[in-house]
Amino acid sequence: MAEELKLFRTWSSPYSLRVVHALKIKGLEYETILEDLQNKSAAVLEYNPTYKKVPVLVHNGKPICESLLILEYIDETWKQRPLLPQDPYQKAMARFWAKFGDDKVLPSIWTVFISQGKEQEEAIAPAAGNLKFLEEQLKGKKFFGGETIGYLDLAFGWMANLISILEEIVDLKLVDPEIFPLLSTWMNTFSDDPVIKECWPPRDKMVEKFKAMREPYLQRTA
Amino acid sequence: MADELILLDVHVSMFGMRVRVALAEKGIEYEYREENLANKSPLLLEMNPVHKKIPVLIHNGKPISESLIIVQYIDEVWTGKSPLLPSDPYQRAHARFWADFVDKKIFDAGRRIWTRKGEEQEAATKELIDALKLLEGELGEKAYFGGDKFGFVDMALITFYSWFYTYETCGNFSVEEHCPKLVAWAKRCMERESVSKSLADPKTVYEFVLMLKKKYGIE
Repeated sequence: MAEELKLFRTWSSPYSLRVVHALKIKGLEYETILEDLQNKSAAVLEYNPTYKKVPVLVHNGKPICESLLILEYIDETWKQRPLLPQDPYQKAMARFWAKFGDDKVLPSIWTVFISQGKEQEEAIAPAAGNLKFLEEQLKGKKFFGGETIGYLDLAFGWMANLISILEEIVDLKLVDPEIFPLLSTWMNTFSDDPVIKECWPPRDKMVEKFKAMREPYLQRTA
Repeated sequence: MADELILLDVHVSMFGMRVRVALAEKGIEYEYREENLANKSPLLLEMNPVHKKIPVLIHNGKPISESLIIVQYIDEVWTGKSPLLPSDPYQRAHARFWADFVDKKIFDAGRRIWTRKGEEQEAATKELIDALKLLEGELGEKAYFGGDKFGFVDMALITFYSWFYTYETCGNFSVEEHCPKLVAWAKRCMERESVSKSLADPKTVYEFVLMLKKKYGIE
């Protein structure tokens, strides 16, 4: 039976991008359905009634939600070009750091992005503290996954895409190459990878979008 | 070489209980060490420098943190007995999704029930009940979330059962009144030795919370 793969996503979401990259690395063909979050399709509401969010991967009619879980599903279903380590301990570590990324790194960077003045100054240290852990994880490695891009690289991929955009908007170095040389190098190496590069959302549109997302926060303190 | 397993934990922690249940299901022997979160051991700080939290499972000197990650690790290392997750990738994704839902929706609302008052507490109570109702819907007519076998999602949620009494007493509501099937499921799970031996007594949990409230001046 021919596989039917559909990905419901937005054009810019970092979470959606993880799945796009994973499917690309695995060499899988699929249909993309772009969603407007202000006007979600009936399909998304049916496939993800719990959160009503994207991305949702639908495989032969069955939906899988939550981007990191989708990555694991893809890896367990299509065995070529493994994304997660085989060793249970290494796998646990990958899951741990991916969760740390979503629970701590991203929110702390976001706080720096949306705040101003003293609040922003105070937000920098916690964000830097989180990044330091990631810097340590890259010691002796080209990618978080080792020699090739893996699950954890995809989990952190939003950094390679988004950090420079956020830095441009707030005119602040979030990942200083002098303080985080390994992380900075990784961000470039990851972005330059041909598979990753192909799926990058247009930068100017991203700058515009995130500028707009920051606006309400600027108004609040004005 | 015999495996060396140490679990850094706190008796009343619903997250720690998940690991205890998993180890019991697999029949694995380990050393249990109770932590005092007001005075964390050097070992805990060394083994979980990122979060400084329990539970931490230390397997032959190597630490694993985050309860659901620990449970999956246990399942992937000790494969001979009592699989905790299904073998089919779709069923696994489904199980992980609902366990993650428990993590996202139950703990935080529950915590606000015993730390807040008035409108905030009422809002938290509604949130918790809504989340439990959703889970009850997901359970449906099945004996367990995994079907006819106790599994990952059951393990993720059942440990909160020991906290229901605390939530109910502080929030002045009854879980059974809103989610009778879920309570029936919980009692079914409690018939398993791995669960009944691993869960803290609800009164013990409540005493612990009263102690914390007094200590931190929470009404």
